[in-house]
Amino acid sequence: MTEKRVVRPYGDTTGDGMVQVSFTLPIPHGPRADGAAQQLANKMGIDPAMVVHSKPMGPDFTFFVVYGSVNHVVDLEKVKVVEREYPLLPPTEVNSTVKKLLRRKLVVVGGCIGTDAHTVGIDAILNIKGFAGEKGLEYYRELRVVNLGAQVSVPELVKRARSEKADAVLVSQVVTQRDAHILNTQEMSAAFREAMGDAKPLLIAGGPRFDPLMAGELGVDRVFSRGTTPGEVASYLVHAIKEKKAMVAA
Amino acid sequence: MALLDLDPKVVRTARKLAAKAAEPVVSIARAHTTVAVERATLRLAGITGADTTHRAGDVPWVNRVVDTVREHCGLEHGAAVPVFHALREHNLGTLTELAEATAAGQIQFTVPGAKDFARAEKAARTAIARGMRAVDRNRATRDKMVAKIGDPPQRPWIYLIVATGDIDEDVVQAANAARAGADIIAVIRSTGQSLLDYVPEGATHHGFAGTYATQENFRIMRAAMDEVSKEVGRYIRVTNYASGLCMPEIAVLGGLERLDMMLNDSMYGILFRDINPIRTFVDQRFSRQVHARAGIIINTGEDNYLTTADAVDAAHTVTVSQLLNEHFAHEAGLPDELLGLGHAFEINPKVPESFRMELAHALLARELFPDAPLKWMPPTKHMTGDVFNGYLLDGFFNLAGVLTGQSILLVGMMTEAVVTPFLSDRDLAVENVRYVLNAAGGLREDFRPAPDGFIVKRAHQVLGEAVDLLERIVDDGLLNAIADGTFGLMKRPADKGKGTDGVVEKAEGYANPASDLLDEGATK
Repeated sequence: MTEKRVVRPYGDTTGDGMVQVSFTLPIPHGPRADGAAQQLANKMGIDPAMVVHSKPMGPDFTFFVVYGSVNHVVDLEKVKVVEREYPLLPPTEVNSTVKKLLRRKLVVVGGCIGTDAHTVGIDAILNIKGFAGEKGLEYYRELRVVNLGAQVSVPELVKRARSEKADAVLVSQVVTQRDAHILNTQEMSAAFREAMGDAKPLLIAGGPRFDPLMAGELGVDRVFSRGTTPGEVASYLVHAIKEKKAMVAA
Repeated sequence: MALLDLDPKVVRTARKLAAKAAEPVVSIARAHTTVAVERATLRLAGITGADTTHRAGDVPWVNRVVDTVREHCGLEHGAAVPVFHALREHNLGTLTELAEATAAGQIQFTVPGAKDFARAEKAARTAIARGMRAVDRNRATRDKMVAKIGDPPQRPWIYLIVATGDIDEDVVQAANAARAGADIIAVIRSTGQSLLDYVPEGATHHGFAGTYATQENFRIMRAAMDEVSKEVGRYIRVTNYASGLCMPEIAVLGGLERLDMMLNDSMYGILFRDINPIRTFVDQRFSRQVHARAGIIINTGEDNYLTTADAVDAAHTVTVSQLLNEHFAHEAGLPDELLGLGHAFEINPKVPESFRMELAHALLARELFPDAPLKWMPPTKHMTGDVFNGYLLDGFFNLAGVLTGQSILLVGMMTEAVVTPFLSDRDLAVENVRYVLNAAGGLREDFRPAPDGFIVKRAHQVLGEAVDLLERIVDDGLLNAIADGTFGLMKRPADKGKGTDGVVEKAEGYANPASDLLDEGATK
């Protein structure tokens, strides 16, 4: 059987196109509101649309549930997915992979460098409390996290990374006055190259004003921008360590 | 109406062990002060405002003063005496003037000799007592308003969260939530505020995933909810977070602005925020004394253990933490009716008999702490984005809350872990609670778990495991247990963590009129 090229949503019969949506409109409950919901559903491509439920939420809002058939079709050949170069792993899998790869804990040293005192970002990634419903890296049994906090000098960071035998160094930069975030990060990566050469740990920079495409310019292995969650960082660490080991083996 | 037939001897043993485990920590808390306790003391004395000209941005005057006192003469004797001595020596009228002069480098703080010391201490006590009486008045006002307008007609009270980042938007959302049925409004703080070593100033409009806790924001929300309370015919309680590095100051600001509840856990900051253990225990004790004085219900954070560890395996750690929180709270003067001990519905729904286990755990908490307004927290860990399944799970959570007589119910959102709740999500969530309350509000009367059944056995097992763990903690010492990673997975040594440098050992002649007024229950 050849794969279908075009599909429609499935309610209970092939090709019926049935979907169900719910939304709120900022208008008082009543026939006019139902008409408005109907119109919106039609514009979404749902035709015919049945407003099966409408309920006032306070004097100024109405909530709707709508069922109906959409006239859109999905062209499967045109589906393009952005492939992340590494898979997102749940914590248990991060832990088991680290255990298998290293047979010891993976050491992460993090901090805010320069005069930057904004630890919000680094804490969201490292603190067990985490961010966006995901636990921070401290939560991962097979990661050992050393959070140096705010205003860490570059020499101090290099020294600690060395004494802790860090596999990865995370720096967070929020303040962007006169490109401080770029200059600080470049200074940091240069210091690691000078002090440790190829033996330097993975260098990772994060902050709301960084562009992920800047890694090369900054001299780091990876840049994370706004909205990054601890799980993404953990998954990346596993991926990068795996790559590194593969390169050494080859 | 004991349903679990808990052995009173085992319960007594558990409490005794908790007291024993806490004892050395209480001694340490009494022997130390912190920069945050000293700042809270001066806030009671009336210092407000911030230095807007500082290069680091708005630095609260109270931080400038306490930091300078520390630089000049240390905090071993407390900040109150050096501050009030300087006030008199420089002939300044107000603490704000003193703060400005301090910033200009015109003040040299000293610990004066005996006669001047006593004089300064008396002046400080007079000023701080004024703040304390403001806290007392707020408590009386709350009592009066509750008597006049009324408490919610049902238990559990319905607790809803707002978090827009902008206090003006929060007020709109809070008012809508109250009209939709919420009895308690909690304003989540901006991400990371717990790690700021100062309390921001003024009304704020740009938080990250929450709104900054400031004195002015507290005032705005309380005033708005006073209006809404009259409209909906029940006193709407307002909640914030006395946690993190400014725990004592937030407690004081809550007392001064008539907040009604505060998140305030004895170990949360240590375990989940890596705040220094000593700092936390000192700050916690002072903040709880303030809460006791202000009539503020504390909410403890046991739900957090279950989001990091497995809710079945770690069930007893909740009980242990509740017992420790209870002891620390009693020691600081909080009565049972202000003890909102927490627990949560976090067992993996795929585990067989998960609901019966939830009932066992919830009932255990209810029977161990019969007079505490327990806070029942909804599933978060197993909310997957399947909002339909989430809605069902929240329904079972609500049913468990009703069936086991929980006091405060944090309303679960089916969009947990997906988006910040839509207006409709909140409405649907409250409707879920209302349906359960309406359909099964009295079911508790008929609920009699079989004497040797699954629920009773499970509750006994968890209590037994809690006693075992408490024994280990007593043997090891609570601080060592924390350092070794007994709670959650986090190892937190007593000499490490954020805010360590803000801890100061008290000298022989340490003076803090706020502590005295709290200890004595005095008003002058």
